[in-house]
Amino acid sequence: MQCVEIERTFDKYAAIVQDLSFAEVRRWKDGHPGGKAIGFFPVWAPMEIIHACGMLPVGLNGAGDGLDIQHADARFGSFICSIVKTTLEMAMTGRFEPLDGMLFSTICDSARNLCYVLKRNYPQMYVDFLHLPHNPGSPATVEFLRGEYRRLQQHLEKLGGRPISTEALCHSIELYNENRALLRQLYAFRAANPHLLRTWELYTLMRAGNFVPVERHNDWLRATVAELPSRTGRPRDSIRVIAEGAFCEQPPLDLIKLMEEAGCYFVDDDFILGRRWFTEDVPVIGDPFTALAESYLNRAVYSSVRHDSRNPRHKALVEKVRRLGAQAVILLIAKFCEPAYFDYVLFKRELESATIPHLLLEFEEKTFTFERLRSEVETFVESLLFD
Amino acid sequence: MRQKSEYRSQLHQLQKDLMLHWYERLDEAARTGSPPSVAMMISGNCVELLEGFGAVPIYPEVNALQLAIRHQSLEPILAAEELGYAADNCAYVKADIGCMLRGITPTGGKLPVPTLVLCNFVGCNTYIKWFEHVAELQRAPLYMLDVPFFRTEHPRREDIDYVVRQLKEAVAKIEELTGRKFDYDRFRQAVRYSAEVEEMWSRIKRLAQQTPSPFDAYFDAITLMGPLYVYRGTSAGVDFFRVALEEMKGKVERGEGVYDRERFRVVIEGPPPYPYFRTFRDMFAKWNACAVASTYSTVGGLWEFGFRHDPENPFEAVALHMLAHNVVNRNYLQRYEQIRRYVEEWNAHGVIIHFVKSCRLFSAGQGDMRDYFTRTLGIPTLYLESDLEDPRYFAEAQTKNRIDAYFEALERAQASGVSSSMEKPPATAALKVLD
Repeated sequence: MQCVEIERTFDKYAAIVQDLSFAEVRRWKDGHPGGKAIGFFPVWAPMEIIHACGMLPVGLNGAGDGLDIQHADARFGSFICSIVKTTLEMAMTGRFEPLDGMLFSTICDSARNLCYVLKRNYPQMYVDFLHLPHNPGSPATVEFLRGEYRRLQQHLEKLGGRPISTEALCHSIELYNENRALLRQLYAFRAANPHLLRTWELYTLMRAGNFVPVERHNDWLRATVAELPSRTGRPRDSIRVIAEGAFCEQPPLDLIKLMEEAGCYFVDDDFILGRRWFTEDVPVIGDPFTALAESYLNRAVYSSVRHDSRNPRHKALVEKVRRLGAQAVILLIAKFCEPAYFDYVLFKRELESATIPHLLLEFEEKTFTFERLRSEVETFVESLLFD
Repeated sequence: MRQKSEYRSQLHQLQKDLMLHWYERLDEAARTGSPPSVAMMISGNCVELLEGFGAVPIYPEVNALQLAIRHQSLEPILAAEELGYAADNCAYVKADIGCMLRGITPTGGKLPVPTLVLCNFVGCNTYIKWFEHVAELQRAPLYMLDVPFFRTEHPRREDIDYVVRQLKEAVAKIEELTGRKFDYDRFRQAVRYSAEVEEMWSRIKRLAQQTPSPFDAYFDAITLMGPLYVYRGTSAGVDFFRVALEEMKGKVERGEGVYDRERFRVVIEGPPPYPYFRTFRDMFAKWNACAVASTYSTVGGLWEFGFRHDPENPFEAVALHMLAHNVVNRNYLQRYEQIRRYVEEWNAHGVIIHFVKSCRLFSAGQGDMRDYFTRTLGIPTLYLESDLEDPRYFAEAQTKNRIDAYFEALERAQASGVSSSMEKPPATAALKVLD
């Protein structure tokens, strides 16, 4: 693949991400008659279990700026984040037609209620709520979570009309382990060479995986890993930054590009965090449900929606800043995102006591005027570059 | 004619004495380190467990609501916002944290640093954050009691076992922190008292099925909720509810209602606007409109449909209460069903949905709830927006206009003969004409 081709490939991924007709999902279903597609609301879902059932897991991340809200506002009212409304709007405008099921989990109160609003309005669809535990330190939790995965398995088996074998689940885990390992490689490459892999490129490549089978996504990731070293580019004056806070609703692609143009080299971010959920491979020995449960509790990234009092998030953020040699943190928060707003308080306190500069930026899926944001980022970058 | 809606009697004095005594115990705990204190959430609280240690509960929501009702919540909210909390964070949390920062307490006495922060969040993710912050800012130990959300038709065996195991871990943690041995018999006795209190509380709630209702199940229920959550597992709680039940039964026997002539019966969904509690109540009083049931009065527990703590299986009973018998951990459609039953069994004319910006657990999706009640069930439904703690979000004139318009419409419907009688509310199906 030549560099020009790489550029074109990233444009292709961006098109997949922005397509609200789920064309890739429809294509997969056309090629797999009777195949089921299961959507999942952020941040994470056990994609391995869905895949092992011969189904296509589809990561949903709202509608970006591609959809006018005409119906969902009346159902969710004021002070509710955009992604909840755009998700409902997509359902109310028939866009979820290719989906046979939808999964939600314990991430926040608005998403929790959205799950049941969808359940009432779309009774023909399998809509379920996974309780992902918040007490990972208790010995009781592995067993509970294993049981929760088994409950999901039973529903999926019923929906798909076929059982999930241990072998199939182990195989799925291997595929997703590879997927995450490739993404870790790409993130490491970007941290070392931010001028050779732009964040919007990595982001669209990663997010496009939400709509295609993991096998195909692995091909894309492998091809990119192989071709990147031949890419050339010249470093520019930038600061090394970590973006934190956009783990659910996603910032507009233009905002990511804007921040890079304004002089941010992102050395880490939490965009589409569910695709990088585990920091190391899920073991493929023993009972795979136990391995998945135990990994959720002990091998998962820190997140504003995964509560682990053994490892406070604010400490983990500062540790990450040190480890990656970042100069600053941009706290990038979706409007009305309560988990991110709460975490901001302790992040800010911890960053300040560690004298790490930070900037708070609020966004909505539909942000049209970027000028104020641009000037805030530019001022922030300049203050660090010329400090 | 405008009616006086407020009712003052022996139980109000008893309530006041009990709550003051609670604050005295908290003050004592702060000054002397004894009794041990455990911070918990009202919602789906497991206060019975604390009785096994003679420990006193700290409920930050009670502190927050007391401040709001006395018009003192803005200062601590602003103090928390200075620390970094957003305008759109839950104002209950901000008021509580602000008080902590400024040393403000509801009575002027001291509040202890909790021996343990026991996060019984029951489905509310905001509670998780709140208690993480309380523990962090006060440097107090935290135990996260993970209560699986009620996502199935019936409580699952796995969920009950999971909560029971954690309750036992929490017991071990409190033993370790206090050096006190858990008194199982006292715990079991507390569960027995709870069952008695729950029975009486449920009977009181069922008395609101009478016309006229002897009390307002939204505005007056709040008076009973303090003792219900702090004293449920004690003999003092049993005594209090015995008095309350007798008083209410007496009112029913004498035909005394909240209003001399009750005109409308409504079910209210959502927490009240505490900073404008009196003003809001008066807007209903103007129409002699009585809340005969409310979801807010079930945050700490939903007992009117039959659940009681079982002293034969105390741990399991506590787990079941947390999992399935409080409105907070029940799913949204279970709440729709709860309200529907209220309308039907409590003979209500309509539903008032109060959206509060602080509480997404209560409020996110209430537009869909309105759609369900108006379009699917044909029940006249009013949707209002404000906040439970932050005085900056109450639009008095607009709220009053909407309430007036709602009752005017109900009145017109009744006058045009839709209702069989002004005194006897129509059945649910007959209300469809207002849609």
